[in-house]
Amino acid sequence: MSASSRVQDAGERGILSGIDRRRRGVRWSMLGVHGLVLLGLLVVCVGPMLWLAKAAVSHTQDTLRSPTALWPGGLDLANLSAAWNEAEISHYFANTVWMTTGAWIAQLLVAATGGFVLSVLRPRYATVVTAAVFATLFVPGVVMLIPLFLTVLDVPLLNVSLVNSYWAVWLPAGANAFNVLLVKRFMDNLPREVFEAARVDGAGPFRMLWSVALPMSKPILGVVSVFAILNAWKDFLWPMVALPDPTKQPLSVRLPIIRDTVELDVFLASLLISTALPIAIFLIFQHLFLRNAGLGGAVKE
Amino acid sequence: MTAVTRWLRGEGPSTLLLLLPLLLVFGLFAWFPIGRAAVMSLQETNLVTEPTWVGLDNFELVLGDPLFWTSVKNTAYFTGLALLFGYPLPLLLALVMSELRRTKGLFSVLAYLPVVVPPVVTVLLWRFFYDARAEGVFNTILGWAGLGPFSWIQDATTAMPSLVLQATWANAGGTVLIYLAAMAGHRADLYDAADVDGAGILRKVWHVTLPQMRNILLITLILQVIATFQVFTEPYLMTGGGPGNSTTTVLLQIYNYAYRSGEYGASTALSVLLAAFLGVMSGLFFWATRAWSTS
Repeated sequence: MSASSRVQDAGERGILSGIDRRRRGVRWSMLGVHGLVLLGLLVVCVGPMLWLAKAAVSHTQDTLRSPTALWPGGLDLANLSAAWNEAEISHYFANTVWMTTGAWIAQLLVAATGGFVLSVLRPRYATVVTAAVFATLFVPGVVMLIPLFLTVLDVPLLNVSLVNSYWAVWLPAGANAFNVLLVKRFMDNLPREVFEAARVDGAGPFRMLWSVALPMSKPILGVVSVFAILNAWKDFLWPMVALPDPTKQPLSVRLPIIRDTVELDVFLASLLISTALPIAIFLIFQHLFLRNAGLGGAVKE
Repeated sequence: MTAVTRWLRGEGPSTLLLLLPLLLVFGLFAWFPIGRAAVMSLQETNLVTEPTWVGLDNFELVLGDPLFWTSVKNTAYFTGLALLFGYPLPLLLALVMSELRRTKGLFSVLAYLPVVVPPVVTVLLWRFFYDARAEGVFNTILGWAGLGPFSWIQDATTAMPSLVLQATWANAGGTVLIYLAAMAGHRADLYDAADVDGAGILRKVWHVTLPQMRNILLITLILQVIATFQVFTEPYLMTGGGPGNSTTTVLLQIYNYAYRSGEYGASTALSVLLAAFLGVMSGLFFWATRAWSTS
């Protein structure tokens, strides 16, 4: 077998060989195993979300008395509008979108500029900064909780309190070492000649970032973006601590309180609405997730 | 030309300007708070008066709290159960899914779906599933098989396993994808060689697949331990630490010290203890497994 055909083969075969696959017993048992796994995944992973979708448009009494029956008392589509308007999900949804957008921009800005300087410009102090960024990966998030809260309460140098301001969520979100290292590693692999050529043509650092590095780094910026957006949407403990004002809080912080104040069917509709956007983003950008979950999942707390 | 003027005329200032967002954000919201944690654990802080140095008083208070060992035991129990439920399962799933061709994407999307659901939604939804009445969602389904009804999170013995079950549902998909990514990079020639030697499927898994995954298996193991030791949202929203403190975890204690009793020093002391413990444990773990890992 030639080297090139072996390389091609690497992506093609796994544990089973072609001969294995052609054996009838193996083929049928694989089909059986995969069928069972598919069924299991559908029931276990998708089932609860489908149930939520069903319960969101059911009457409270139906959900309480016969939770597995399909609409014995008819559909109740009014739940969704009740959740959106009366439970003020629209307001908290807007808060969440605003909070997520800012966290996304902060992460993108810090990761793109930081990664570019540390990878491409490489000033003499770059090694120290890289090490200091890397080191924060090893500090468990819990150590930061209270000191970060006190820092946000009275930001050094600026002497302002960011509590109840979205900056309290946006700025700490930017301090994400994983993003910086991801962008840095990606730019490390870009051809150096391109940057040298740009420099010879008289491009300064800003020009090199904007016109050379960023356009070439779109794939990694996409990866950073989807994980940044999803993680900001999921965040619970920090927004709860940093945004005590109920009118500023995102969905994740409000849902437990909404649970105690509205009827069950409206509450379940609120849960469904809160999940719709993350799931939509996941389904649209699934290739980014599936290809990079190895990176994103490994470091996510 | 001195070094300074050369730096000023060259790319120096604009380089620094471009690095400024990173330096500011990390400086103020990562490096400074981390350093501050060490200082705060030795101080009494009440946000009103100036902090005062109290030596190791915070640590004494935290270690002397009757809930300390309860929370440590509960957290260790959560972590142990989470490994039992959540460590072998993703590996098995990934092994089966790695042999798929065209449908691998579909299977992956299904397995990863729970991971993208916001944790608060998952926890609150499962809290409803765990309804202890016979008409509860899980009790209804188990009732078809003649099982139950179970009290789930309302009983001190089943509360923690219930939390772990939910956490496993929410997180296993991420690990599956990590393993799948690792398996995609496996060397096909080793499988060819195993075929030539007449190895069966299980022997190939044991002797070819798993040895190539040693590093990733070790890393996911320690990362899972570190993550589960910091469990907060599940007990906070599902049980509030109950019933009878059976689900009070270390992180719940940290939160309660700060935001229930205003004891910021004690809260930080406990988080420093937890971080030190996790650091020492990871160090020991990598030291103990250094011979076994491939790099």
